[in-house]
Amino acid sequence: MELLVALAVGLMTATGVYLLLRKRSFPVILGTMMLTYAVNLFLFSMGRLAVNRPPVIQVGGNGYTDPVPQALVLTAIVISFGTTAVIVTLALRAFLEAATDRVDLAGTTEKDSAES
Amino acid sequence: MNHWIMFPLLIPAVVAPLLILTGRYDEVLSRVFSVGGMVLQLLVAIVLAVQAFGGEIVRYELGNWPEPYGIVLVLDRLAATMLLMAAVIGLLVALVSIDNQDEQGRHFHPLLLLQMLGLNGAFIAGDLFNLFVFFEVMLIAAYGLASHGGGRGRLAASFQFVAINLLGSTLFLIGIGLLYAVTGELNLRELGQRLPAVSEAQRGLLSCGIAVVVTVFALKSAVFPFHFWLPATYSRSAPVIVALFGVTTKVGIYSLLRFYASVLAGNEACFSPWALSWVFPAGIVTVVLGALGVVAARGLGAMASFAMLSSGGVLAMCVAGFEPERIGAGLFYLVHSTIAGACLFFVVEGVIRRRHDVGDALSSSRPFVRHGLLGAGFLVAAIAVVGMPPLSGFVGKLLVLDSFKDSPWHAASWSTILGTSLLGLVGFARAGSVLFWKTPLLDVDSGPPEGGRIHTVMTFIAIGILVAVLAMMAIFAGVITENLRITTEQLLSGRVLPHD
Repeated sequence: MELLVALAVGLMTATGVYLLLRKRSFPVILGTMMLTYAVNLFLFSMGRLAVNRPPVIQVGGNGYTDPVPQALVLTAIVISFGTTAVIVTLALRAFLEAATDRVDLAGTTEKDSAES
Repeated sequence: MNHWIMFPLLIPAVVAPLLILTGRYDEVLSRVFSVGGMVLQLLVAIVLAVQAFGGEIVRYELGNWPEPYGIVLVLDRLAATMLLMAAVIGLLVALVSIDNQDEQGRHFHPLLLLQMLGLNGAFIAGDLFNLFVFFEVMLIAAYGLASHGGGRGRLAASFQFVAINLLGSTLFLIGIGLLYAVTGELNLRELGQRLPAVSEAQRGLLSCGIAVVVTVFALKSAVFPFHFWLPATYSRSAPVIVALFGVTTKVGIYSLLRFYASVLAGNEACFSPWALSWVFPAGIVTVVLGALGVVAARGLGAMASFAMLSSGGVLAMCVAGFEPERIGAGLFYLVHSTIAGACLFFVVEGVIRRRHDVGDALSSSRPFVRHGLLGAGFLVAAIAVVGMPPLSGFVGKLLVLDSFKDSPWHAASWSTILGTSLLGLVGFARAGSVLFWKTPLLDVDSGPPEGGRIHTVMTFIAIGILVAVLAMMAIFAGVITENLRITTEQLLSGRVLPHD
């Protein structure tokens, strides 16, 4: 299970970083989303991985798992959702204004937009 | 319990949604709300400053949940100083935007207030996760403000600004996660007390967490090698907003200082020194890059942005060693450079307003609608930013140089600061002579180049107020430095105090 979670975090981070370095705005947005998924999973596992344990202390229960990272992840998800919405809006507005989806909005000639 | 500390958060958090609901299409109403909110905020900041300078550290527990279980807000002298500075600049930005900037796009004033909410929150947050949340509030508003007015260059710059800051937020969460994993705590004061208890085996993780968090603060304050977004974004955004972004950039330095003082100070043995030691050389490189940018810039806005980058580098140099005397000098320079930077950006705003066709480009080919006050404003702002006497920039740089006198970095810091001051002087002298002497002037009577009246009254008032503040800072430098020395002492002794 530790290996699985670690692999998932690592793979999503690697994908996110790769996509973030692309020059079109849509892959960049996907990259930031992948990164936020990776970090959410990472944060979640910071309370240690435990299976079948409630995040509250129960009398007679068999232990509990740390609820704080779960609360943090919830906040982080909401915030990253909001910022993703903002960046999508910005990218869309930039595309509509400049008719290109390059992140620097450079080159609206045919040659430039045919590239990549 | 004293509830004053909640008002810097409550005022913008209430006024901004009210404004969106009631006055989003009503120009007059939104201006009244916005300026009214800012004035209220300034009054509250003054009350809080009086309270904090009585020497007491307020720790406000939200919902009466005791520390470390609940959320806590902290007000000490440093936080009160920053709140006051942000409130002054915020009010002036709201006033200057009345000249016409707020007509260029919707929701300017609500975004401005939300930006203030994020700033105020970041100054008084007592734990790492709330610091993150307020950073995000501040940044989301900043994304909207950076693209305010639209246009190609501005949209491209703000897309990159959002992308780099999303990466920064991701890193911040990773750092927070690592610190929580090894200590089980996010409250800044508790973190500091738990650091020595981290087992030998987990020290590596702890060092990584600290390094990541420090990196994020460096990214927010645009310290090399994370500096590139600042000139790119700030030189293309509306100058009146960048005046407030100057405060946003200082939040990185402030948070680094706060993080060091409450968590790392006294626990240096628990983590590897490389987590922090790179900040000083990075600061030097930032200062040099900023100064080169000032000389090379082709627009006044870009020049002012590079000057801001350079002053951020000086601040990084000042906080890097965490010497009390140098932090005191750095705080003086922080307040000064924020105000001087805002003043310069207001001048840029005035210049753009009067040269519709070429904006702030440093070329003398197009005529300029005459106004002597604008030239005078530029002269004074440039003197302040470069650090020439008689304004407070001179005092600030002198204090910084003096604090490096006995350090091993003596030669490097003196040569950097003095050399870059010369470069800045050359750059601003060139800009001033091109813009205000070589450019042919149009008389006011012949009207602006592209119809319509030019409103710059508020801009002049704001520049005047800031210049007065800078002059006061120079005149009362003795009193202010003494107060900042006590502020630094309070900051660094904060965590040595026994649990109460």
